[in-house]
Amino acid sequence: MAYSLNVNGRIHSVDVDADTPLLWVLRDVIGLTGTKFGCGVAQCGACTIHLDGHAVRSCVTTIESAGSSAIMTIEAIGSTPKGSVVQRAWLEEEVVQCGYCQSGQIMSAVALLNANAMPSDGDIDDAMSGNICRCGTYPRIRAAIKKAARGGSNTGNGG
Amino acid sequence: MSLLSRANDVQLSRRTFVMSALLAGGSLVITPRFAALAQANEAKPLGAFIRIPATGKIELVIASVEMGQGVYMGLSTLLAEELEVGLDQIVAVPAPPDPALYAHPALGDQITGGSVSIRGFWEPMRHAGATARTMLIAAAADQWGVPPTGCRAERGEVIHTASGRRIGYGALVERAASMPVPRDVALKPASAFKLIGKPARRIDTPAKVNGSAVFGLDARPAGVKFAAIAICPTFGGTLQSVNDSEALKVKGVRQVVKLSDAVAVVADHTGAARKGLAALEVTWDRGVNATVDTAELERRADAAMAGNTVVAHSSGDINAAEAANARGIEEVYRLPILPHTAMEPMNCTVHVRPDSCEVWVGTQVVSRARTAAAQVTGLPVEKVTVHNHFLGGGFGRRLDHDGVIMAVRVAQQVDGPVQVVWSREEDVRHDSYRYLNLSRISIRLGPDGMPISWRHRVVGPAIMARFLPAFFKDGIDLDIVDIAESPYEIANKRVEFARHEGPEGMLTGNWRGVGPTRNAPAVEGGIDEAAHLAGIDPVEYRRRLLQNNPRLRGVLDLAAARAGWGNDLGRERGRGVALLSAFGSFAALIAQVHVDPRGALKVERLVAAVDCGLIVNPEVLRQQVESGIIYGLSATLYGRLTIEQGAVVESNFDDQPVLRLNECPQIDVHLVESAEAPGGIGELGTPGVAPAVMNAIFAATGQRLRTLPIDTAGLRRS
Repeated sequence: MAYSLNVNGRIHSVDVDADTPLLWVLRDVIGLTGTKFGCGVAQCGACTIHLDGHAVRSCVTTIESAGSSAIMTIEAIGSTPKGSVVQRAWLEEEVVQCGYCQSGQIMSAVALLNANAMPSDGDIDDAMSGNICRCGTYPRIRAAIKKAARGGSNTGNGG
Repeated sequence: MSLLSRANDVQLSRRTFVMSALLAGGSLVITPRFAALAQANEAKPLGAFIRIPATGKIELVIASVEMGQGVYMGLSTLLAEELEVGLDQIVAVPAPPDPALYAHPALGDQITGGSVSIRGFWEPMRHAGATARTMLIAAAADQWGVPPTGCRAERGEVIHTASGRRIGYGALVERAASMPVPRDVALKPASAFKLIGKPARRIDTPAKVNGSAVFGLDARPAGVKFAAIAICPTFGGTLQSVNDSEALKVKGVRQVVKLSDAVAVVADHTGAARKGLAALEVTWDRGVNATVDTAELERRADAAMAGNTVVAHSSGDINAAEAANARGIEEVYRLPILPHTAMEPMNCTVHVRPDSCEVWVGTQVVSRARTAAAQVTGLPVEKVTVHNHFLGGGFGRRLDHDGVIMAVRVAQQVDGPVQVVWSREEDVRHDSYRYLNLSRISIRLGPDGMPISWRHRVVGPAIMARFLPAFFKDGIDLDIVDIAESPYEIANKRVEFARHEGPEGMLTGNWRGVGPTRNAPAVEGGIDEAAHLAGIDPVEYRRRLLQNNPRLRGVLDLAAARAGWGNDLGRERGRGVALLSAFGSFAALIAQVHVDPRGALKVERLVAAVDCGLIVNPEVLRQQVESGIIYGLSATLYGRLTIEQGAVVESNFDDQPVLRLNECPQIDVHLVESAEAPGGIGELGTPGVAPAVMNAIFAATGQRLRTLPIDTAGLRRS
C-alpha cells in the first residue's frame, strides 16, 4: 500500500508492502544510499537512522511501524548542530577508513550526544557497541565522540 | 604479497623510468613508463596518470583501489609532493581496468593487495610528479624567456624568483606538452618535503561522513532492479528444483532467475527481493561434499602433515643439528577456517546487452573482473565496461571476482541493469575463505639454551597456484611459507611445505596479513616456548637472536620500553610479545591480558612499535596499524567457521562475532623515524596479534595455547 514518509524534512510517497524494512525504502526506492546494509538483523548498526531523534536500525524497522515519525538519515545529519560537530570531529580525529560503517556510527554518536551531552566511557560503550567496524576505528570513534562532546575543542582528554 | 619483501624489492629498485607526456583533450597527461627488469625486457607503461587541465583541479588517476587503507591519500601525497601542488588542488579518481597502464609493477596485474601499493608505486609516482613539474617550469621559463633555473614551482604555479612573476599550471599545459621530456629528473630531498611525512588529512574521508561516498552497493544506473540471491549452501552443490509460485506473488517481485548452482529473485527493491527469496521453496543437490564436516577436514589436514612435503627453505645442516641436540620443543599450531566479513556484503551490478556489458562493483581486481565478465557473456573484452567504486572493506575478499561472475550470470537473464546483493548470510557462507592451516614447529636448543635448529612444516593451500602463478614455484606457494623460517639467527633451518587444499567447490583465498598471518602464531609461539624452556626472558631471548637485524631489534626494544616490559603486573595478568618482519616493514607487538579464575579473558592493551621506512603519512600509518591489530584480534578471539554437511554453519555477526567497541583494548602505536624505502602498512598489524595474545596468556596463566581462536573455556582454573 502507499505510505507517506517524512524523510529529512521532505514527504515521500512510496508504495511497498507494510513489512518492508525502511532500509530498502530509503536506499532503493527514495535513492538515499548513505544508509548502509551490513547484516539485515540489527547486529551491525550500519543501517542506523533516527526516528524522532532516536537511533534505530532501519534494516528491522518496517515502514508500517515508522508511521508519521520524522526520519533523519546521514544525508541530513550535518544540518543539525550536533551532527555537524560530530562530522567535524570524525574528520579531525581521522576516524574514517573504508567508511562503509561510518554513516551508522555517526548516527549512533549523534543520538548519544543529543541524549547525553557529556557521555562517560561506559555511556559510549553502551551506545556504540551495536555498531561494528571491521576497519577497527573504535579508538578513534571514542576519541571523536569525546571531542564532539566538548564542542569540538582540542583540549582535554583525547581518549 | 608480503613475499615481495624478499622476492621483488631488489627488482623494484632496479627499475628505470621513461616518462611520456602528451596533450590530450586539452590536458597535459603524464604517464610513467618503466623497463621492468623483473619479467619483461621491453619498456612497459605503468601506473598512474597525472592530468593537468587548463582550468580546474588536477586529476590523479590512482591505480590502487581505496578500501580504507588510505592509498588515495598515500599515492596522491607522493605525486603532489613532487608536482608541487596542494592536496586541496587535486582530485583522485579510480583507474579503469587496463593492466597495460595500471598493472602493479611487481604483481604484474592490476591488483590491490599484499601491502605493496606504496612499495610498487613509490618511485614511479614521484618521478611522474617531478617530470611534470620540470616540464611546467621549462614551459614557463620558455614563455618568459628566462632560464628555468631562475624559476620554481609552488602550489600549482611557476614563479620567476627574480621578478616575482607567476603563472598557473593550467595556462602552461599546451606549451609544456611541447617541451622535451626530461630524463633522470631530480627528486626532492627529504628535507624539502612539504607533504610526505606530514599529518595531512585524508582526501577520501569528507564524502564518507555525510553519506555521499559511492560504494559498489550504491551504484544506481537508470532502471536498475535488485536481486537477492541464494547459492547452494553445500560447496560444489547444485540447484535441483525451485517452487517460485509464492515468491512471484510478493509485491514488487518481477522475476526468479535459476542458475545451475543458485537462484535469485529480481524485484523493484532489495526488500521485495529478499522477501521473495524467503518465499521460495528450493531443493538443492548437495553433491560430493554432502557429508563433509569440520572433523573430516581436520583429519585430512592432519594426514597432509604426515604426507609429502617440499623444502621451501634450507640452511645449515638440520639433520646433524637435531641429531646432536635432543633438548627442544616440537608442537603443532592450528588455525581455523576464516571468513572476511567486510562491512559491505558482496554485491555487483550488471547490465548485459546483446553487444556489451556494463559492471558496477568495488573490487581489488578490476581488470580480472572485466575479463571474467567478457568470458561469461562471450563478448570481446573491449565491449565490457567496469566502473570501480570505493570498497566497503577488502581484507582480501575482493581479490576474488566470483561475485562478478555470479552477478553477470544473473544479469544475462534480466532485461536491464540488476544489482545482485548477497545477504550477510550468503556473504559468510560463500566467501573466499582463509583455509585451515597447520604448522609443526621443532626447535632444538644448544647447550647455552639458544636455538641451534629450526624446522617448520607448513600445511596449507597453495593460493598462488591460481591467484598469481608467478609466485608458485617448484611446488611452493611463496606466500604461504612467508616468514615461516623466522627472522631469528639460527644456524640450521628448514621450512617444509605440504600443499593441502580445501574441498572441491570451496573457494579459498587471501586474508589480511596473507602468509605471515598464517605463520606468525607458530613462529612467535615457538620461539616463546623455546625461551621458556631455556629459562630466558622472551624479549631478551629474541634480542640475542637478532644481532644482525637492527631494525627488528629496534622495534622490539622500543615496544618493550613503551609497554613497561618487566614491570610487575600482579596476579592474573601477563604480557606477551610477537615480532614481524614482513611487507618490507618491521613491527613488534606487546599484548597485555587479564585472565580471571573463571577463564574470562580481557585483552587490556596492545603496544606496537613500527619501522616501515620513510613514513608517507603518520596518521594513516597509525590508523592502519590500529586497524590491522583489531582485525587480528577479532580472529584471535572469535574467528572460526564450522562445516556441517559440506556447508558453513555460521551466517552472521551473532554466531561469527567480531570485536566491538566495548571490547577494544587500549592501543598505542609508536613509530620509528627512518629514511629507508617505504614498506607496507595495511597488513602489518594483523599477524602478530594472535601470538602476542597467546604468549601473554601463557605469562598470565602458565597455559600454552596453540589453537585459534582462543578457547576461553579452557582457561578456567579448577
